[in-house]
Amino acid sequence: MIGLTNYLIVAAILFAIGVLGIFMNRRNLIILLMSLELMLLAVNINFVAFSQFLSDMSGQLFVFFILTVAAAESAIGLAILVVLFRNLNSINVEELESLKG
Amino acid sequence: MMLAGLNIVPALPETFLLCAVSVLLMLDLFLKENSRAILLGGSLLSLIVTALIVLNVGESGVIYTFHHMYVLDPLATAMKLAAIATVFVIFVYGTQYVTDRGMFKSEYYALMLFALMGICVLVSANNFLSMYVGLELLSLSSYALVALERDSVKSTEAGMKYFVLGALASGMLLYGISMVYGGTKSLDVNEVATIIGSGAANMVLVKIGLVFIVAGLAFKLGAVPFHMWVPDVYHGAPTAVTMFVSSAPKLAAFVFVSRVLGQALPALHGEWQQMLMVLAVLSIAIGNITAIAQTNLKRMFAYSAISHMGFVILGVMVNSQAGYAASAFYVITYMLMTLGGFGLILLLTKAGFEGDQLSDLKGLAQRSPLFGGVLLLVMFSMAGIPSTVGFISKFSVLSAVLAGGNVALAVIVVLLSVIGAFYYLRIVKLAYFDAPESTAELSTDKGMKFALVVNGLFILALGILPQSLLDYCQQVVLASFAS
Repeated sequence: MIGLTNYLIVAAILFAIGVLGIFMNRRNLIILLMSLELMLLAVNINFVAFSQFLSDMSGQLFVFFILTVAAAESAIGLAILVVLFRNLNSINVEELESLKG
Repeated sequence: MMLAGLNIVPALPETFLLCAVSVLLMLDLFLKENSRAILLGGSLLSLIVTALIVLNVGESGVIYTFHHMYVLDPLATAMKLAAIATVFVIFVYGTQYVTDRGMFKSEYYALMLFALMGICVLVSANNFLSMYVGLELLSLSSYALVALERDSVKSTEAGMKYFVLGALASGMLLYGISMVYGGTKSLDVNEVATIIGSGAANMVLVKIGLVFIVAGLAFKLGAVPFHMWVPDVYHGAPTAVTMFVSSAPKLAAFVFVSRVLGQALPALHGEWQQMLMVLAVLSIAIGNITAIAQTNLKRMFAYSAISHMGFVILGVMVNSQAGYAASAFYVITYMLMTLGGFGLILLLTKAGFEGDQLSDLKGLAQRSPLFGGVLLLVMFSMAGIPSTVGFISKFSVLSAVLAGGNVALAVIVVLLSVIGAFYYLRIVKLAYFDAPESTAELSTDKGMKFALVVNGLFILALGILPQSLLDYCQQVVLASFAS
């Protein structure tokens, strides 16, 4: 029998991978966007698991909103990535260095 | 049907704003290149009408609607009015700037108004779900606004950094919310508080959630150690947008923090007070000390904003009516200071020239005694020198901290503000005692110049006669935090 704790552990591991992906990745901005998505999906697993084990619907409702907003967020992120690529000719994280002080 | 009992009146301002922005976006398709002024007029008009609706639907009590998802209390009304006024001033200040930089398009106005709508939803949200939706509406519009100057490396880079760190903060916040939901089986602010109070909640989950929520909130407020995005975003964004990012969202962030911590999780105040204390002291210390080393005015204001947010957090940390009222007063009057500060940068800026270096301010008082005076007021107010409103706001936060019995903390904070006074007074010295480097004329935008002088006068007037606004903030907090 898979219990609530198992789901929470999977979600926590995914969330941690997402956060580490943001802080350790020094090369590719696309990987950053993927890490952000992974974090939100980990949260979704949390919400669905809680919703199921507490028999309360509002958690699953929240997941629909997160999925929708995450789609909008990726759209904006990719749009900024495209204009950035036009200016820099690169999507390397280390080349984001014009702002210092 | 359940719709029968639905009361949409409390959400009328947001509904109107949404319709108005949609109309403006459509209208832009049919406008000729040289008749864009209609957009500005339309935006200002819709702001005025929205403010009038807010005034009319606002009541002295607390009203819930949309099945407790949405609340209209005096705090929400006050912050909506402040946010609408702030965006109005930003439109007036920024017109010349966006015209010069080819950004006088409907995107600028539509995104800014959508962000304002996000702020209005956020300050009225009474459920974690509606909070999240309002927050994302605000954040997503801000990311796009920061990257609005499409051909500039700085602007797009700032947009990317803002996006990545903002999304990270949302992720943290959501993870925390999911834990609180798991611990309490509810997403409603008042219900969460009741369930935790009755002892039916799983406190381990709620406490884990609290840590993530505080981290996410600190990111959004730009408090140390989650402040890395603030200087880069302020520096890289077009000045008219920086002015927005530095002002209205702070109002929403304050209400967000006080609703989540003060209304949903007051039972855990022992835990979050310690976290907020660390955040506040670090923000005031690192903000003020790092600001000394800056040569770019926008970056300097960014570090100054970090330290001001430290004061706002300090008021919330006290977790008393006086503390929330002091923070509300602080954040509202901070709008005047930050608008004045960025207004001065816009005054020095011309087509093809960014007046955002410290040296650009040299001899401002000789070039224009009037705006030298405005600069004096803004800087004195930011430093917290008596007879300006900045003194009153710092004083009320500190007296709330003292009333909470934390003398050592108040002393440390006062000493740190003295360090902060150095870089504000250095600007006054540059403007008054150094010879001007350029004799070029200041901005010729009459509307903006007039508004900037009025802005300076407000700082002085509220510094001398603060009582009415102080009383108003106290009433608002008393009525909204009664439960």
